[in-house]
Amino acid sequence: MSAPARDRRAVRGRVVRTGFVSFRFAERAVVVGLALLAALVGLSLVTMTSGDFELTVSEVVRSLIGHGDGASDFIVLTLRLPRLVTGVLVGAALAVSGGILQSLSGNPLASPDIIGFTQGAATGAILVIVLVDGSMVQVGAGALVGGVATAVVVYLLAFKRGVQGFRLILIGIGVSFIMLSLNKYLITRASLTDAIAAQAWQVGGLNGRGWDHVQVVGVAVAVLLPLALYFGRRLALMEMGDATAKGLGVDSERTRLVLIAISVGLAAVATAAAGPVSFLALAAPQLARRLTGSAGAGLVPTALMGALLLVAGDFAVQRLFSPAQLPVGIATGALGGLYLVWLLAHEWRRGIAR
Amino acid sequence: MTRLRAEDLTLAYDERTVAEGLGVVIPDGSFTVIVGPNACGKSTLLKALARMLKPKLGAVYLDGEVITTYRSKEVARRLGLLPQTSIAPGGITVGELVARGRYPHQRLLKQWSEQDESVVTEAMRLTNVLDLSDRMLDELSGGQRQRVWLAMVLAQETSILLLDEPTTFLDIAHQVEVLDLCADLHEHGGHTLVAVLHDLNQACRYATHLIAMKPGEGIVAQGNPTEIVTAELVEDVFGLPCRVVPDPETGTPLIVPLRRQRVPVAETLTAR
Repeated sequence: MSAPARDRRAVRGRVVRTGFVSFRFAERAVVVGLALLAALVGLSLVTMTSGDFELTVSEVVRSLIGHGDGASDFIVLTLRLPRLVTGVLVGAALAVSGGILQSLSGNPLASPDIIGFTQGAATGAILVIVLVDGSMVQVGAGALVGGVATAVVVYLLAFKRGVQGFRLILIGIGVSFIMLSLNKYLITRASLTDAIAAQAWQVGGLNGRGWDHVQVVGVAVAVLLPLALYFGRRLALMEMGDATAKGLGVDSERTRLVLIAISVGLAAVATAAAGPVSFLALAAPQLARRLTGSAGAGLVPTALMGALLLVAGDFAVQRLFSPAQLPVGIATGALGGLYLVWLLAHEWRRGIAR
Repeated sequence: MTRLRAEDLTLAYDERTVAEGLGVVIPDGSFTVIVGPNACGKSTLLKALARMLKPKLGAVYLDGEVITTYRSKEVARRLGLLPQTSIAPGGITVGELVARGRYPHQRLLKQWSEQDESVVTEAMRLTNVLDLSDRMLDELSGGQRQRVWLAMVLAQETSILLLDEPTTFLDIAHQVEVLDLCADLHEHGGHTLVAVLHDLNQACRYATHLIAMKPGEGIVAQGNPTEIVTAELVEDVFGLPCRVVPDPETGTPLIVPLRRQRVPVAETLTAR
């Protein structure tokens, strides 16, 4: 009994050990991650080459490395690339934001768009659009302030000897609707041009996204995403409950606060750049989890999944409804709504929609 | 001086005080069991010892220092906790779960050293779950699952283990299985164990050191169960009239409740 047990690996997975570094990872998660990355790169090339003005891959590549001609340079570097990069960053940010919240609350319904963070960010942004007619950076700052303020309100209202998942979601949904009506009210009070700008922004989209958008969301993602990945290991332990996590040496209260702050920051910045893109934060982490088939948040596949979904959604609305330029929020909303219905029906049957 | 002790603890949830003036010394190498009726604060005391609950007054000392002065990971390398309930992450295998017990020993770039692997394997061998390592946690029986959680805490490689009602959700056979395992860890592994148990007879059988608590009065007796458990103590603490006889199997105190008493009932009836 003990002799064969000795040869057996207690824990599966590929192990890498060299010098001071040692890791263990599940092969399937790596394969899924690479597949998602490949799909994202492939889809990016397709979106860069296709459109009203078709380009070849080599033309795109030449523009990217600085040897293109004027026309393709303009299309690639000014029109398509910033839109694509914004899409990738926003998708990744939203997905990781949702993944963190779902993992912390132990509930697949928890995502920044359901529990009001996104609507709050929208309120901040609309206020800036309507009141001061602000620039992109100002609108972004407004979204950030609005998102964070809403998150603080939701967190404080939901706090009762720690924050429970379901309580957070119910209070968040309530706050979300308050912010939604506030947003509608603000739009009715605005001038026509402001109202149109605010309304268009509110659906969520990547139309006309330029390098200034990339800058705003890029800086935030560059800071917050590595932080999220660093705290990701503790996140996996937090899923087992506060007491277990603390027993293992995770300072659970502080870790939760830091992770929620990261999640809010990512959601708010993504919203600032692309408007409240609905349902992506809800669906991407769950899809990634199912594909990798592993426990824990798996924030890298989640980020890739979010980027892929948003770029794919944007590609779909550009091509399917061309020449009308629909916002990607409509595509993610329609698909995400279906997913939400399925999720609720499924969880209900399993009896865990507590 | 023992490694784990508490001085003059006042424990409270918000404004509701659960117990006051608790002084506890956990003898090194003991299997200490905390008993008492519901709401006496026994789980609360264990939570305080595990730094899950900040005492309102007083302090818990680990290796001579107040436990809150250590970094959380440092405490986790010296003292392990099996909480009353843990949430099993969806889709996790037994091996993955036990491996998570290594967290306090891991660093950002050193996440799965050879020592991690051998300690996890040993923890799973001791708890007899090595053969289950690729199984999903949620398809196991309650007893198996509890052994897996115990393996995770063992993988922490701490010499002090705190167990909060480790047998509560188990049937009698699995209760004995888990307690026998704890006794093995205590006798052969050199662990100091502190457990909260509901069943007084099990407590007397397995404990080398018993702490009896009573609601409102805190700790009323501490010591070797054979020396301190008497019919008077049980009646005082639990309000249960009983006889204490030697356990025919182990010789430890066995509590036998007295037959249903008719006299007081008759008195209350006539008093009406």
